[in-house]
Amino acid sequence: MEYEVVIGLETHVQLKTRTKMFCGCTLEFGAEPNTHVCPVCLGYPGALPSMNRKAIRYTVMAGLMLGCRIAPYAKFDRKNYFYPDSSKNYQITQLDYPLCLGGGVDIAGDDGSRRTIRINHIHLEEDVAKLTHRAGCSGVDYNRAGTPLMEIVSEPDLRSADEAIAYLTALREMMIYAGVSECNLEEGNMRSDVNVSIRPKGQEAYGTKVEIKNMNTFSGIHAALLFEIDRQKRVLEAGGTIRQETRRWDTEALETASMRSKENADDYRYFPEPDLMPIALTEAQIAEWAKDLPEAPGARRARMTEQYGIPEYDAGVLSADRALADFFEAAAQRCGNGKLASNWVMAEVLALTAKTGTALTESALRPEMLGDLLKLLEKKTINGPTAKALLPELFEKGGDPEAIVKERGLGQVSDSAAIEALVDAAIAANPKVVADYRAGKKAAAGFFVGQVMKASKGKASPQLVQEILARRLA
Amino acid sequence: MNTEELKRLTVAETLRLLRAGKVTSAELVRGLLEIMESSQQDIHAFVTIDAEGALRQAAECDARRAAGEDLPLLGVPIAIKDNMNVIGQPCTASSRILEGYVAPYDATVIAKLRAAGAIFLGRTNMDEFALGSTTQTSAFGPTENPVARGCIPGGSSGGSAAAVGGGLAICALGSDTGGSIRQPASHCGIVGVKPTYGRVSRYGVVACASSLDQVGPMTKTVEDAALILNVISGRDPMDATCLDEAVPDYTQAWAGADPEKPLAGMRIGLPKEYFGEGLDPEVRARVEAAAERARALGAETVEVSLPHSGYGIPTYYICMTAELSANLARFDGVRYGLRVPCDDVIAQYGATRAEGFGAEVKRRVLLGTFVLSSGFYDAYYNRAQKVRTLIRRDLEAAFARCDLLLGPVTPEPAWPLGVYQNDPIRNYLSDVLTVAANLAGCCALSLPAGKTGEGKPVGVQLIGPNFGEMALFRAAHALECRG
Repeated sequence: MEYEVVIGLETHVQLKTRTKMFCGCTLEFGAEPNTHVCPVCLGYPGALPSMNRKAIRYTVMAGLMLGCRIAPYAKFDRKNYFYPDSSKNYQITQLDYPLCLGGGVDIAGDDGSRRTIRINHIHLEEDVAKLTHRAGCSGVDYNRAGTPLMEIVSEPDLRSADEAIAYLTALREMMIYAGVSECNLEEGNMRSDVNVSIRPKGQEAYGTKVEIKNMNTFSGIHAALLFEIDRQKRVLEAGGTIRQETRRWDTEALETASMRSKENADDYRYFPEPDLMPIALTEAQIAEWAKDLPEAPGARRARMTEQYGIPEYDAGVLSADRALADFFEAAAQRCGNGKLASNWVMAEVLALTAKTGTALTESALRPEMLGDLLKLLEKKTINGPTAKALLPELFEKGGDPEAIVKERGLGQVSDSAAIEALVDAAIAANPKVVADYRAGKKAAAGFFVGQVMKASKGKASPQLVQEILARRLA
Repeated sequence: MNTEELKRLTVAETLRLLRAGKVTSAELVRGLLEIMESSQQDIHAFVTIDAEGALRQAAECDARRAAGEDLPLLGVPIAIKDNMNVIGQPCTASSRILEGYVAPYDATVIAKLRAAGAIFLGRTNMDEFALGSTTQTSAFGPTENPVARGCIPGGSSGGSAAAVGGGLAICALGSDTGGSIRQPASHCGIVGVKPTYGRVSRYGVVACASSLDQVGPMTKTVEDAALILNVISGRDPMDATCLDEAVPDYTQAWAGADPEKPLAGMRIGLPKEYFGEGLDPEVRARVEAAAERARALGAETVEVSLPHSGYGIPTYYICMTAELSANLARFDGVRYGLRVPCDDVIAQYGATRAEGFGAEVKRRVLLGTFVLSSGFYDAYYNRAQKVRTLIRRDLEAAFARCDLLLGPVTPEPAWPLGVYQNDPIRNYLSDVLTVAANLAGCCALSLPAGKTGEGKPVGVQLIGPNFGEMALFRAAHALECRG
């Protein structure tokens, strides 16, 4: 029988705030255990949570980025359970009034068409402490306790492991773009719970779903999904039924293993968090935050193709990184030639970042400098080789290209008389090459161009040299 | 100053004497420590007495005053209920489960008092985790009423009430979740104020029921209560429920009043439900006399109705236990306090909590867990929230007609120690007149209104609208002067 796969993801994205969700402790990955803690995140008697406003703002920005509706009223709830990863033995989360509702993420589906994966909601919650188990004892590190997390819950719209990865890749790009998360996978900034079920093709009703918990690498999610889809098919084909359960991905055995059955559902006794006021954001506040929101990468790609007349491929490379796209656009606007700017950013500038290991934003090169440099090239004030020679200097030290060209006399020689003199001198000095040329060795012309360029110290207009040479040698 | 004078000393008089150089804080603290220590055997108002710390603070205050400094409470000793964190001191909330815990930080109210120059004498006994109205659920033994000897001091701030009522402390802080300041104040013949919810920070106060708890002063006079509330009120970035509302000078509440008719123009409502069946006749007589005095002082009194009063107790015990069950979940033996070691952590939680919590705590945690459980949530927790709204609306409607409400604090005067101890319902019912102010969030005050024939103190309760403390103090001050 042919089956259809149904996947939904609950993705925890760590917000890029400096401090924790409900206290002033700073967030630092890899710090000595229990050095970023206080009475609040340790759950000491009498300590109370106070809201990190930036976490609210970042969540709203993420929601706007994904086209969500921002809830006019949102509140926090306590989720009660006893476990040592929770300092209060309840987690502050949002049950029924999350900050963002609806929205979606566009992906290229398996059939190549663009599809929107719907978002159900985004809620904000605090992370728990990190447990490490050793022989005979366990350690609790509360540094992570209280880290602000968004939980982005998708609808069950994904139909394959590849689509799940396409969704996560697009989601990650958007969150980085919006500046709300680093989405560093190694540091666990983006962790997903994966819900997967299968159903006979054409059947309306969903199959029984299985949840695979707490996956933080895309390759792991992909492998776990492939395994789990296959496992479910084998169970059904053998006449069995799928149990609703939570499974975990065993990275050693490369298989999913049952953690617990969902038949005895936990009772978390949720109730509204009385220590925090509900959140009622005004339209004006949301509009203010929306001002900081970048264009979504997909929309930007389309606009840049249109606006600058650059190929879709170029627009894709440039828009994948918000800083690079900003740089390109500023340079393109400065010099007035989008295609030229795109060629230079993609070839020369990226080559410099790769060669020097310096990020573009860390370099001294400002987009205005590149724009001015390209303007000089466009106006034929300098030639291509001069521009290429100047770029590493600007990248390292910065500067005003026009002033440098003027100061060092790098301007291109476009004076026909001067070039004619150089051409004549070259011809006079090399009668044998002239003879070769006239005998049909047309490549000999290149020799004279080289000679003239050398004599002009690289400043002669190569185009003009060629024209004059052609005339003289004819 | 002899012992009897010291026992009667008020905050206002202490400040006058200190400012005039007639007494030093060191003298006061030494004298009080002597009284406190000698009373521990019979009254047992304190869980911990910090003699060394108090004497050190007193010396510092005296040095600062000698250097010309003055502050609102510089050198004034105060007793603190054992559920507020004072850095370096134990803070047990009268529970075994917090034995050995030493507070690593100051509650905001403590930080404010410290900045105003107050001296922390010690920690007063209370019902375990503020759950009770007799101070008999304390894990460290009961407190006795210093005025009505042999009787309960009330609770849960019974230690603070007994300390102030018995002259062991000049003033104290208490906390009030359903009457825990007002009821013991009434039983011990002192003034107790439950401020408006959001007036005083809860940060650093061991949470009982977060949406109901409020810290307030327990003092010998209305003026003293105003002096303390001036210091502890105001916004706190560490408590999201503490509101950014201007803090007036509460001692100005009675300024400029007509000496003959200081309550002229004030309309006081008498809730008819508060004068119904079950009210002790002597209590009724004292409270009615207070209403009569208010009229003589120029106030107009009108009968009002709070129709949902009868639902106050069930509503309160659902809201309160639900929040409590989550607030007390953190006491698990992992990070601080008692730990009963077991092989696996969940068993350790059970063993620690079984040994650390007393019977009343367990009863209420179980109740709270039950009312939040799936399948019962709507019938109990959710319904209680709706009734809570109705109770708030009752009070709002009453305050649309009058400035304040006046009624009894408790249905009966203090009863003998040990009585009703195994009858939780009987104990719960004694909160019937005080829980409405907590459920609605408004401010209320208990003021001495004389004594019964047996010499037991009786209090009168004034209830004001949200942030109506000025009206409360104005009326209380006028009634106190003619008491």
